[in-house]
Amino acid sequence: MSAAAARRTPRPVSIASFAQAHNVRRDDEHNEVEMLMPVVAEVFGTIGITKDDIDFICSGSTDYLIGGPFSFVTALDAVGVWPPKSESHVEMDGAWALYEAWVLLQEGEIDAALVYCFGRSSPGNLNEILALQLDPYYVAPLWPDPVSLAALQARALIDAGKATEADFAAIASRSRRDALDNPKAQVANDIPAEKLLEDEYIVSPLRRHALPPITDGVAAIVLAAGDKARQWSKPVWITGFDHRIETHSLGARDLTSSPSTARAAEGAGVSDGPIDVAEIHAPFAHQEIILKEALGLDDTVVVNPSGGPLAANPLMSAGLIRIGEAATRISSGRAHRAVAHATSGPCLQQNLVCVLEGE
Amino acid sequence: MAERCAVIGVGQTHHKAKRDDVSIAGLVREAAKMALADADLTWTDIDAVVIGKAPDMFEGNMMPELYLAPALGAVGKPMFRVHTAGSVGGSTALVAAHLISSGIHKRVLTVAYEKQSDSDAMWALSVPQPFAAPLLAGAGGYFAPHIRAYMRRSGAPEYIGRMVAVKDRRNAMRNPYAHLHIADIDMKMVEESMMLWDPLRYLEACPSSDGAAAMVLSSEDALSGQYPPAWIHGMAMRSEPTMFAGRDQVNPRAGRDCSADVYAQAGITDPRRQIDVAEVYVPFSWYEPMWLENLGFCDLGDGWKLTESGATAFDGDIPWNTSGGVLSSNPIGASGMLRFLEVAMQVRGQAGEHQIGGARVALGQAYGGGSQFFSMWVVGSDKP
Repeated sequence: MSAAAARRTPRPVSIASFAQAHNVRRDDEHNEVEMLMPVVAEVFGTIGITKDDIDFICSGSTDYLIGGPFSFVTALDAVGVWPPKSESHVEMDGAWALYEAWVLLQEGEIDAALVYCFGRSSPGNLNEILALQLDPYYVAPLWPDPVSLAALQARALIDAGKATEADFAAIASRSRRDALDNPKAQVANDIPAEKLLEDEYIVSPLRRHALPPITDGVAAIVLAAGDKARQWSKPVWITGFDHRIETHSLGARDLTSSPSTARAAEGAGVSDGPIDVAEIHAPFAHQEIILKEALGLDDTVVVNPSGGPLAANPLMSAGLIRIGEAATRISSGRAHRAVAHATSGPCLQQNLVCVLEGE
Repeated sequence: MAERCAVIGVGQTHHKAKRDDVSIAGLVREAAKMALADADLTWTDIDAVVIGKAPDMFEGNMMPELYLAPALGAVGKPMFRVHTAGSVGGSTALVAAHLISSGIHKRVLTVAYEKQSDSDAMWALSVPQPFAAPLLAGAGGYFAPHIRAYMRRSGAPEYIGRMVAVKDRRNAMRNPYAHLHIADIDMKMVEESMMLWDPLRYLEACPSSDGAAAMVLSSEDALSGQYPPAWIHGMAMRSEPTMFAGRDQVNPRAGRDCSADVYAQAGITDPRRQIDVAEVYVPFSWYEPMWLENLGFCDLGDGWKLTESGATAFDGDIPWNTSGGVLSSNPIGASGMLRFLEVAMQVRGQAGEHQIGGARVALGQAYGGGSQFFSMWVVGSDKP
């Protein structure tokens, strides 16, 4: 199957509401439920609905952050599913939970879904935790950390003549300057790229500024279709949605490109019209260059005006936040057509693309 | 509107305490290749892959679908990972089915697994959490008090649990893929087995298994395969919170609501009469009578009488767990999917020694968490 089959005309579904917590390095005062409750209240409250208006709930999270099994079970208490609800969970970023909810809405039998996600990175050591994502027999026992793997990718990009360290610094500088306008951002500052190039290397060629912050954060979106889409808010339509995965073996991939993103972009119809804004889930600065190329975006497109994941990178939520931020740009009249992207796995192994349009 | 969706291929591993002859990738491929062969398809015919398993800590791999993408032919395709506690095998099949009923894909491979021998599920379930009561005894310790509550409410005699344990293990003798084959099992053997969590004895509890299950689901215009399709007549999920004052953990409302939804879709008003065979998630013997009531096969308090009468036995009028059930094979993440898979086999007429003659409508059920997550489907040999 092809991207063509995915290019059937989808049922119009709107991002009716979006909310996120203030992204912070360490939230020691709240557990996951307590972090989620105000965000779920906000995502309902801004459009004047309650959980009783919701037909389906889907969440995204991973047990390895909390360090115990079934972390999504208690998180459901943030919604209070009584009477019982149709509900599901993905061990993926909330962007994929949104995809599952969107799929159900395509059938035309339900009209509203709540999607939420949470990621609290502060209790553990991400370098150790994310090494457990790797092939358990041949790679994980070596404990390669995600920063080192990203550095391999950045080095390959430099060696291929596709980018320089100065490009990474320029992306970091722009992202955190843009984040000054984002009240939820964790890292926001105005430091010129030349100054950033004086940072020390964490893992060469990645200097400190090219790495994402470690973040505690949660986010939620309400999807609406049918009459509710117009009743609840000014619609921001999902006009294309696709996701693809690549092989796990880093040695078998060209790390300087992202064919799965390109394929998902084709499936979502990114090139069917001009794109004003892109919210790209590129946790490491150099990955923005790879993803921008895979999405087919030129330099007229505004990239990550929220500051992107370099300003706040809550695991399992940063992808959904890209979709929420892109939708907000449209609903506030600053963009008409936007693309949002989410990634998962080492060195951009799995990628999701969502195209949004205003009216 | 929703498109029709059918099961056109099924596959499962030989479930065992330790499958140390295969890696995790080898385990899931074994089931997936069998499902593809049954559907007369190859990897390239598949549009998307949906995989499910129970907590990642059971094997110690975080988000293992990333590592499994090439082994399941998912490279370049959408790959999706579901996790909804013990119901996950069923939920995974439902997420896959929705990819077809929504019209997005034509053929989806869905896989679920657990390789319990890589770790110890009981201790993975018992990691202490801040501000939470420690479980420290695995699932059996959690459910035993609910079983006691059921016995007190219904007045069921002690031996009912043992009857279920014997019945399901005898059914497993018909299923070459089942983990436990205890040829000489009888009431006395169960009664003499060690007490684990009063009233549950060792032989009234599910085993720990390595295993995988896989199905190929198809849209109406992409049917293929060795056997007729198993059409999905209804599917639903329901969840409720773990704890709150007034929650009925013996007869959870989420289970009742889920079955009401699925029966309404499938046109079932009298489950006992209209459903020919059912595979229901019974990890501890007493959950058969409890779910008989929850699923509306009898009145409240009468579930144990149905079990006692032999109605749920292989030659009864509503055979339950013809495969041997979770009591005979328990690769946790796959246990829900095995229920859904067995009923697809029944209505396709491919269940061999455990085939119920003339099975046309069948119910698959899975539950998880503290009896709070439910997924169900009704499949039939007739096109809905």
